[in-house]
Order: sequence, then C-alpha cells, then structure tokens
Amino acid sequence: MFTNIDTFLPYILGGLTTTVQAFLFGAVLAYSIAIVAGLARTSRLAIVRGVATVFVELFRGTSLLVQMFFFAFAFPALMPFTMSTFIAGGLALGLNYGAYASEVVRGAVLAVPKGQKEAAISLNMSKFQTMRRVVLPQAFRLMLPGLGNNAIELLKGTSLVYFISLADMTFNANILRSSNTSLVSQVEIYTYLLLVYFVLALPLVFLTRWLEKRASKGVSTA
Amino acid sequence: MTWDWAFAFEIFPRILQGVGVTIGATFSAFAISLTLGLVLTLLRRSSFKPLSLTVAGIIEFIRVTPPLVQLFFVYFAFDMGPFLTGAIVLGVHYSTYVSEVYRSGINSVPKSQWEASRALNFSPVQTWRKVVLPQAIPPIIPMLGNYLIILFKETPLLMGIYVTEMMMIARSIGAETYRFLEPITIVGFIFLVLSYPCALFIRYLERKSGQIPGSAEKGVKA
Repeated sequence: MFTNIDTFLPYILGGLTTTVQAFLFGAVLAYSIAIVAGLARTSRLAIVRGVATVFVELFRGTSLLVQMFFFAFAFPALMPFTMSTFIAGGLALGLNYGAYASEVVRGAVLAVPKGQKEAAISLNMSKFQTMRRVVLPQAFRLMLPGLGNNAIELLKGTSLVYFISLADMTFNANILRSSNTSLVSQVEIYTYLLLVYFVLALPLVFLTRWLEKRASKGVSTA
Repeated sequence: MTWDWAFAFEIFPRILQGVGVTIGATFSAFAISLTLGLVLTLLRRSSFKPLSLTVAGIIEFIRVTPPLVQLFFVYFAFDMGPFLTGAIVLGVHYSTYVSEVYRSGINSVPKSQWEASRALNFSPVQTWRKVVLPQAIPPIIPMLGNYLIILFKETPLLMGIYVTEMMMIARSIGAETYRFLEPITIVGFIFLVLSYPCALFIRYLERKSGQIPGSAEKGVKA
C-alpha cells in the first residue's frame, strides 16, 4: 500500500493549477459581491435592499451544484455569446459563496452598536463619512473570521468543478482511478487527494484562527 | 433556445420522483450528524489530552477537506450501496459542524450550574442529562436547523456516486434530450421552494431567541 506515490501524486497535482485558479477567481468575485450585497442589504432604500435580498436568497436557496450546471450547460443556450466552462464554474462559485459571505458582512455591519452611528450624527458627519470612518472599520474587524471560514468553504467547493469536466485535482484523481481499479490503488489515490486538499486548507485555517484571536484583542467590548 | 413550457411540464414529474431520495438522504445524514456530533463534542471535552487532541485533529481534517472527495473515498474503499455511503459521509462531514454548535451551547451554560450540580452530589451522567444538556440544547436549535438546510442543499453531490436524486435525473434528461435549461431550472426551483420557507421559519426562531443575524450561516463558526 502507498507504493505508487511517485506516479499518483504528480498526476493529481497536475490539477492543482485549475483548483487554485478556480479558488482565486471565486474568492475575488465572492468577496466583491459580499461587500456590495452585504452593504446593499443594510441600505435605507427599499429598492436596493429588495434587489440585494432577492439575489442573496436566490443563490443561497438553490444548491451550488445546480448553479454550476446552470451556468455551464443552460446559460450558454440562453445567451448569444459562449462562455468557457472555467468561467461558468468560477461564476457559480463566486456568486454562491458571495451570497453566503454577504450575510457575514451584513451581520457585522448590524453588530456595530447603534450608539456609534448616533455619535457620528451628533458630530455632524455625513452618511458617507459615518460609514467610512465609524461603522466599516469596526465591522471589518468583526467580519474577518467569518470571511476566513468562507474561504475554507470555497476551497472545498472548488472540487465541484469536476462535475463540469474541468481538469482540477478531483477530476485527475478520478481519471487515475478509472485506470487503476484495484481496491488498494483506489484507496491510495483518494488518500493523497484528501491530504493535498488538507495541506491547501491549512494556511487558511491558521489565518482564520489568527484573525479570530486578533478580532477580540485590545478592543473594549462594552 | 428558449424556455419550453410543454417540455418543462413533461419532465417535472420525472424530476419530482427524485425528491424522496433527496429528502431521505438529508434526514438520514442529519440524524447521523446530530448523534455523532454530540459524541465528538463529549470526546473533545475529555480531560485525557491525547484523546481530546486526536478527536480535535480528526474533526479539523474532516471539516476542511471536500465532502465530494470524502464521498469518492468511502464509495470506492468500502463496498456499501451509494445511498448508504452518501448518508454516512454527509452525516459524518456535518457532524463536525454540529459538534461546534453543541460546543457553543454547552459553553454558554454558566459555570455555576456545574458547581450547583456538584454541590447536590449529582453524578456526571445526571449533571449532563438533567442540568447541562436541557439548558444547552434549546438555544442552539435554530443553528442546528440552519445546518439541516445546508445539508439539504449539499445532497446533489450524491450524483457523484450515482445516487438517483433530483440532480442526477436532471442531468440524464439533459443528456438524452440536449436540453439542460428546463431540467436544471426545475431542480433549482424545487430546492428553493423547499428550503426557503424552512429558512424563514428558522430566522423567526432565531429572532425569538435573540441570536445575532448571520451568526449560524455557512462558513461562520458557531
């Protein structure tokens, strides 16, 4: 057992680039959407709030894999332009996790004590100033641990691009499995794959832990 | 290609046949995660350090590696049926999240409650059963409900190991007819219709028990 590491592991790692690219594409999109949608959901304008709410509920209420299939197979039929499967997968990851992360942003903004906003008003700050100088700096600190956990979930979610035939690590592992059908090899292949995902996630885990610790340090909670 | 109502109505009953499997898998997995989650929480609290550290390590490993890869691993390593494999793997995966929820519930029970049980000469089993758990469980019910919904939306992954749930049926319809738009949209619609009312109900429970908004969402540590 575990004797084929020199042939199996490099083959699985051949998909590393795709996995990391999908992760980065998804993360950039997800966090941009999270900030915009999260703030929009705390807006005073009902129309802005309504649009953001529909978006968030739609992407949280349907499943990630369903969305990925939609963007990869159904969307191209509707649109006049073609879209690569990578873009389709990245879009689904970004929009889905963006919707989840926007809840973290919203929760953090709402968790900033009301007195802070009132103090800003009494100091004659404009709405924009209040947001930029009072609310966001405090909310940002609160949302970091949540966003870190979100990144871990996103990394796990990238394995789903296997279903739309993007050659990520999971896809490569399954190709290996179809040509090495003995039980021992199959267990070996998936053990390596799990370990690689674990190693990739570790920095994110430690980063999140560190952010959690930092978020509660040196700040009065009263 | 545009939306074809006749085709949609034709395939709707066929997709609906998969709902039973989806819901069955959700509840089987949830039952496993509720039970195993409690066991994990208790083991992690053990004063025997090697045990609690090992359990913490196992929880972390299961938590940060993709459930899809775990499904493949168990499916090809053990000779179980696809449905059973799916329920067990998703159940074990989410038990690591559920154990975090239990932990937060147990930690919120004031220390004086433990001391009082001790003063009344309660045995450890009595303390847990009559004092700690009755106070720890009710506040976390909304959070557990959230994980039930998240678990429900993870079930399309089971098509990776050939469980004939909704998404699997939708994909085979797409492969037969070359029309993906209707089947995938229908699956998304069914997910939304089933999960959104539950989500609203849980938010109502959350408001009643005074939870912070978004605190039990996907990607946020409880």
